[in-house]
Amino acid sequence: MIYREAGQFKTTYKSDQAILPIFQDRIAMVLMLLFAFIIIPIFANDYWLGSILIPFLALSLAALGLNVLTGYAGQISLGSAAFMAVGAFAAFNLQVRVPEVPFLIAFLWGGSCSAAVGIIFGLPSLRIKGFYLAVATLAAQFFIEWLFTHFDWFTNYSTSGVITAPPMQLFGFAIDNPLNKYFLVLSIVALCAFGVRNLARSEIGRAFMAVRDMDIAAEAIGINLMKTKLLAFGISSFLCGLAGALWAYVVLGTVEPQAFDIARSFEILFMIVIGGLGSVSGAFLGAGFMILLPILLNNIGSVITGAAISTETIAHIEYMVFGAFIIFFLIVEPNGLARLWQLGKEKLRLWPFPY
Amino acid sequence: MTIFKIISRTIPFLTLFLMGTAFAAEHFIPVTSYRTGPYGVSGAPAANGYVDYLKMINARDGGVAGVKLAWEECETAYKPDRFVECYERLKNKGEAGATLFQPLGTGLTYSVIDRVAKDKIPLITMGYGRTDASDGRVFPWVFPLMVNYWSLSTAKIKYIASLEGGLDKLKGLKIANVYHDSAYGKETGPVLKKQAEMYGFELEGFPVAHPGLDQKATWLNVRRYKPDYVILRGWGVMNQTALKEAARARIPASKIVGVTWSCSELDTIPAGKASIGYTCASMINPGTHYQVFQDIIKHVHDAGNGTGPLEEMHNQQLYRVGVLMGIMTVEAIAKATEKYGNKPMSGEQVRWGIENMNLDDARLEKMGIKDFIPNFNVTCADHEGSAPVKFQRWNGKAFEPASDWVATDQNIVRPMIEASAAGYASEKSIALSCN
Repeated sequence: MIYREAGQFKTTYKSDQAILPIFQDRIAMVLMLLFAFIIIPIFANDYWLGSILIPFLALSLAALGLNVLTGYAGQISLGSAAFMAVGAFAAFNLQVRVPEVPFLIAFLWGGSCSAAVGIIFGLPSLRIKGFYLAVATLAAQFFIEWLFTHFDWFTNYSTSGVITAPPMQLFGFAIDNPLNKYFLVLSIVALCAFGVRNLARSEIGRAFMAVRDMDIAAEAIGINLMKTKLLAFGISSFLCGLAGALWAYVVLGTVEPQAFDIARSFEILFMIVIGGLGSVSGAFLGAGFMILLPILLNNIGSVITGAAISTETIAHIEYMVFGAFIIFFLIVEPNGLARLWQLGKEKLRLWPFPY
Repeated sequence: MTIFKIISRTIPFLTLFLMGTAFAAEHFIPVTSYRTGPYGVSGAPAANGYVDYLKMINARDGGVAGVKLAWEECETAYKPDRFVECYERLKNKGEAGATLFQPLGTGLTYSVIDRVAKDKIPLITMGYGRTDASDGRVFPWVFPLMVNYWSLSTAKIKYIASLEGGLDKLKGLKIANVYHDSAYGKETGPVLKKQAEMYGFELEGFPVAHPGLDQKATWLNVRRYKPDYVILRGWGVMNQTALKEAARARIPASKIVGVTWSCSELDTIPAGKASIGYTCASMINPGTHYQVFQDIIKHVHDAGNGTGPLEEMHNQQLYRVGVLMGIMTVEAIAKATEKYGNKPMSGEQVRWGIENMNLDDARLEKMGIKDFIPNFNVTCADHEGSAPVKFQRWNGKAFEPASDWVATDQNIVRPMIEASAAGYASEKSIALSCN
C-alpha cells in the first residue's frame, strides 16, 4: 500500500532512466538527505558527530569502494586497507611537499595514486580468481604496510613514523571542528555514493556484473576482460584511497601505517558481506552495523549494568553478540542487510496483503 | 527505507540522552584501559593497579582535599579509533569535566594530541608517548612524565657502561638493537646513533616484524653480529619470543638489556629459564614492601573491593606501573586543589597541578611511596622531569634491583627534543609558551 506504484507512468526516456524511478523512493531519499544534512547537525553533539558518524561515513566510503570491486565486479580483495593507506600517505605527501595545494586536490591525488597502485596489484586478477586472488591482494596489504613503515621518506622522516595531517582550509573556512568535518565527509560520501549508483546502472557497471557472473561468457560477448577488471580495481582503489585520506585527515588527524593493517581490511570486507554485496545501501548498512553496534552495546552495557560488570566483560559480550549477529545474518539472509531491506520493500508493495 | 533508518538511528540517540548521569561533586578520572585485544594481558593489570590506587585513596584519605575521586573505565582494545571514541565520550563527564587522560599507548596518544589542546584536558604519557612533547613550550597539554624513550636510551647506555667500568670503556663495543618494527620501535634509532658516535661503540639495528612471534632469523643474524650487549625494545608477545630465541641462539640473557615496556613478568615467565639474568629498565623500584601497597591491601583488597586478584600486586610489574599511574593522577589533582580550592578539579586546573607537582621526600613519605618512585621535577618547559630509572634483573622468580637509580643524560636528549618540537611548532604554527 505504501509502495503502490500504480498510476506512476513514465512518459519520457529521461524520467524512465531516473536513478530513483519510484516517487516514494525519491521522497525517501530527499528526507534522508535532509535528515543527514540538517537534522543531525542540529541535534547531534560533538561526540556523536566526531566519534561515531564521521568514522561511520569514512568507513562506508571504503566499503563502497570494496563493494564496487567485490560486489559488482566479483573480484575478491583483501587489500582495501592498503589502498586506504596509499590514499592517506599520498595526500599527506603532496601537501607536505607542495603546501599551496588545497586539501581537496590532495584528496583527489591520494585517490588517484591509490587507483594506480590498485591497478598494479589488480593485474593478478587477469589470471586468477576467487580465493587465490584474495591471497594475491593480501600481498598488497602486507607489502604496502611494510613499505610505509620502512621507508621514512613516506612519513617525511618523522621520528615516530606517523603522519600528521595539515590543517584543512576551504575558501577561508577552517575545517577543524566536528560539525565542519561532518559536512565535508558527508558531502564527499554522498557524491561518491551517487557516483557508484550511477556507475552500477551504466555500461561499465553492467560489464562489471557480467564479469562477476561469468567472465568467460562476458568475454564471449565482447567485453574486454583486462580493461574491465583493471577499471574495477582502479575505481575501487580510488574510493578506498579517498576513504583513507578522510580517515587520516578528518577522523584521526595523526595516523601510523598500523591503522591500515589487515584487521582493517577484514573489517571492510565483513561490512560488505553483512551489508550486502553489490548494492550501495549495502555498504552503508554494513558499515553502520559494524561501527554502531559495538558502540551501542558498549553504551547500553554501561547504562544497564552501571559499574557492576567490568569493561572487559562488556567488550567480550560485544564480540559474542557481534559474532552471533554475523552468523545469524549469514544464515537467515546470506545476501546481506540490503537484501533484507529489498524484501521489506517488496512486502511494502503488497501490504497489508500477506502474500 | 528511510523510516526504518530514522527509527533505527534515533533509538541509540535516545539511549545516550538517557544515560547522561552526572557525578556529584567528585574529581572525575577517565580510565581508558585495554583489557581485550592483542595487548589486553598487559593492559589489564595496569588498569587494575590504577583503579586499586584510586579506590585506596578514597578509602584511606577520603579522596583528595575532601573531594572523592570518581572514575569510569572505557575499553579501547588498543585501537586509536576506539580510544578517540572513549575520549570524546568521557571528556565532559563529571562536574568539572575529565581531569586527565592516560592512554598507555603511543599510537593512542597521537590520535588525540591535537584535540587535547582544544578541549583543555592534559595527557599524561608516562614513559612513552610523543617523545618531543617533553618540550612543554610546544606541547603545553602533553606530559611524557618521568622518562621518555630517548632519555631511557641514554640511561641504558650508561648502565651498560657501568657494567663495563665507565663510559670510556664503551669504545669498540658492539651493541645490537633488537626492536619492534613499528613507530615505537624505531623511535630510539636517532638517539642511539648519536650516542654511538659520541662514545665510539658500534651499533646495529635488527627489526622484528609485528607481532614478533617469528624471530628465528633475527636472532641468527644477531648471533652472526656477535654483540657484546643486546638492547631489547619490544612490546607484547615479542619480548618473550625474543628471550626464548636469544637462548636458542646461545646469547646469554645477562647480555640483554630491555626497555621499560619489555620489563614485566609477562615477558620473563613464559620464556622460562631463558630469561634468568635478563636485565631491564623500570620507572619504579622493584618489590611490594612499600607502604602504599600495604595500604592498598588493607583498604581495598581486605575490604573485598579489589579490582583484580591480589596476586597481581606481587606478580605483575604492570600492576605496579598502574599504581604509578594512579600516583601521578592523584598528585596532580592534589597539587591543583592547593591552588584552586577544595572542589572538583577541571582539566585546565589539573594541568597546572601536573606542571607544579611537588614530589619531595616529605610528600613521598606522607603518601607512602618513598623509595617506590624517584624524586623528579616537572617544569613548564620540561614536561618530562628527567627522572632516573632503575634496572632490575630477573632471577627466575622475581625482579631484584640490579642498579641504583641511573640518571638520564639530558645533555644529549634535550637538544634533540627541542629540535624535534621546534619542527612540529613551525609545521603547526604554534607560538612557544612558558616565557
